[in-house]
Amino acid sequence: MTTIVIVGAGPAGVRAAECLVAAGCRPIILDENDRSGGQIYRRQPPGFVRSAQTLYGTEAAKAEALHRSFDTLAGKVDYRPGTIAWGLHAGVIHTVKAGRVDRIAFDRLILATGATDRIMPVAGWTRPGVFSMGGAQIALKFQGCVPGRRPALVGTGPLLYLLANQYLKAGVTPAGVFDTTPFRRQLRLVGGLAWDPRTLLIGLRYRLELVRWGVPVRCGIDPLAIEGDPAVTGFVYAKSGKRHVIACDGVALGHGLRSETQLAELAGVSFAFDRRTRQWLPQRDEEGRTPLGTVYLAGDGAGIGGADVAEIEGKLAAWALLHDLNAAVDDGERTRALRQLRRAARFRAALDAGFPWPHDIAARLDDGVVVCRCETLTAGELRRVAAEGAPDLGRAKALSRIGMGRCQGRYCGSACAEILSAALGCDIADVGRLRPQAPTKPLHVDDVEASL
Amino acid sequence: MSVYDTIIIGGGIMGCSTALHLARAAPRMKIALLERGLCGAQASGVNFGNVRSNGRPVSQMPLSLRSREIWSRITELLGVDCEYERTGALKIAFRDEDLAVLEGHVRDARDGFGLAVEMLGSAGLRQLFPWIASGAVGARHSLDDGVANPRLVAAAFGAATRRHGVDVRENFAVASVSHSGAAFSVVGEGGAALVARSLVNCAGAWGNLVASSFGEAVPMQALGPQMGVTEPLPFFILPSTSTVNSPIYFRQVRRGNIVFGGGPRAEVRPDLVRHYSLPENTARHAALLRSVAPALKSARVIRAWSGIEGYLPDSLPILGPSATTPGLVHGFGFCGSGFQLGPGVGAVLAELVLGGATTTPIAAFDIRRFAPAAAQETRA
Repeated sequence: MTTIVIVGAGPAGVRAAECLVAAGCRPIILDENDRSGGQIYRRQPPGFVRSAQTLYGTEAAKAEALHRSFDTLAGKVDYRPGTIAWGLHAGVIHTVKAGRVDRIAFDRLILATGATDRIMPVAGWTRPGVFSMGGAQIALKFQGCVPGRRPALVGTGPLLYLLANQYLKAGVTPAGVFDTTPFRRQLRLVGGLAWDPRTLLIGLRYRLELVRWGVPVRCGIDPLAIEGDPAVTGFVYAKSGKRHVIACDGVALGHGLRSETQLAELAGVSFAFDRRTRQWLPQRDEEGRTPLGTVYLAGDGAGIGGADVAEIEGKLAAWALLHDLNAAVDDGERTRALRQLRRAARFRAALDAGFPWPHDIAARLDDGVVVCRCETLTAGELRRVAAEGAPDLGRAKALSRIGMGRCQGRYCGSACAEILSAALGCDIADVGRLRPQAPTKPLHVDDVEASL
Repeated sequence: MSVYDTIIIGGGIMGCSTALHLARAAPRMKIALLERGLCGAQASGVNFGNVRSNGRPVSQMPLSLRSREIWSRITELLGVDCEYERTGALKIAFRDEDLAVLEGHVRDARDGFGLAVEMLGSAGLRQLFPWIASGAVGARHSLDDGVANPRLVAAAFGAATRRHGVDVRENFAVASVSHSGAAFSVVGEGGAALVARSLVNCAGAWGNLVASSFGEAVPMQALGPQMGVTEPLPFFILPSTSTVNSPIYFRQVRRGNIVFGGGPRAEVRPDLVRHYSLPENTARHAALLRSVAPALKSARVIRAWSGIEGYLPDSLPILGPSATTPGLVHGFGFCGSGFQLGPGVGAVLAELVLGGATTTPIAAFDIRRFAPAAAQETRA
């Protein structure tokens, strides 16, 4: 019997599982969360009774469909919620669940590991009351929590406008939306209109709603500082050469998303630098195959595409896997999915162009700004090791400890790369990347002993 | 073609220390140091960080003591604080029959070499180190062993070498080495050619490739000791700690993290210069940590790593002149215990390059011990 493991139960993981079950397989699904849905379609905890419309807004129908699909798989999959895949080597995946480590030898693996926030630091971003944008949204979706009564939303990307609208619906009026991307640059989004008019119209409606509620929207800002004593009291930014201070009691900070690629890296998938998003991404073909032959990638974990793309990629990865196992795959469905994917890619290109990662901020960050929060290392420290001769992130890590903390650089890696390349005056790709090591998430000593 | 007095292959601690000692002893000497990647990027920079003389074979003690003297002024030598600290070291016995072994070590080190080392009984151990699991029957406590931060030490050796005028060429992979007449010739993969009167082989786990170019291959094996680290905890463990019969060693750094290692090795690919930590080793480490220091049960492991190190069958390094080629000296294959020896090895190799002899006894590390019996007889 072929052992197939899927890591992740978001849109990609669920659709992959569905296709595998339809072909008679019984995949093992490892899910860090306690319930399926991933981050975007995260389900609320027991006892919460908000409607799908309240939780997922315009995407309610998709969320409900995904949840329904997964629920019908009950008994046909080996679903392991609350399980962290912390190591991967030589065809064995290492997990920890409820105080117990375990290992699974797999024949085929689909990594649908999703994404986390990509953050460009700003002075004061480690103050109490500052949340990453995606984290703030999850807190709202999961348990109805907000980071303050008047939070400021700072960063760039569509999530900024979506979250502001979700706050309004939840009865919280944001202190403002502060986007690092100039408005004229965002107009490039219109170029993507032809490929996904629905999403674009939703975006426009979000903007209008903010205007209607009198929420200030400032685009093309330069974030200067998050002030506090120590909890957040205000956000300082510059626009058109003028300094502004806005009072707020919380901040949601985020500049788009970054793929969670640690397991792909540990599996031995080769990576390439993606110029458009300035991220290192695992290599795969259009259907999610990697050159390893046994490992497939789908969804945001392999490159940010969003939930709809993740669903398509989940199916394609499962079909590719089945095809490689000599199982029959409906070629018509596959072709249709590939067409959808190509269409979505054009929209994604427009979205990336319309909300670019503000890499240029890195060079301007004050030396005192904390970049690596696990190890409390500043931009100045990184520049110091650059001056001492660290030609890449690997050596900068050895000399400064960046990326040596709990997150191994998952949160600061993007910013560290930009600061280092700016300090060295070299191409961003030349500074390389921080390589993940198992355990990819902290592993409790107690969890191990109990099970040996 | 660039002409040097000496070319050193390998920018780890051994190679850098050799270059540094040469440059200080003979400031006019033209020295090139060739490093495939960045100085100290391999075993020198990623090892556990023990600066330990106790527990070594007697044959290594003179070299270790010479190194120990250099460690005592390491900050001055390198111009950087490398977190060197005499924390003391503990080797704990959990079985009565292991006590005799430790007592033997103590006699050798204290009476033979004047080291400050003592035996602790179970009561003394509990009083001084209450975090040790019950069941410990005694320990060897060496007071002047210590630790340093390898990632800082290795990089600092590279930087100091460069400051002393050595031509440090990083990202220089050696394609071939040869000797003709009175000169060595080294050609890089990029085509650059260097010549020199003498050659120092400090190529670590790859040292055998250099040695075999001169007809003296040794039975060296490349292995990857695996280590890991927990998140920071309040500081409560001062000595670098190991046990007699369980494959775990650990220490706590001043900022709070517990660094640990031991037992089964990681997977290594010296041909690719890559190593792969094994998750099952990390799991075993975590379990063993708790068995020696129960308070660590609440710690969380955040990272594991390895490095590529050369091991010889008798666990002793290759250190000394080549048996086949005049002007060639070797210093490689330190079998996982070279970090403390590094500064002393550099001093010894520098002496060998400059005058062909050293004041430190190194006969036990002679490369001829692995030569075919016939060749050994011829030389004898």
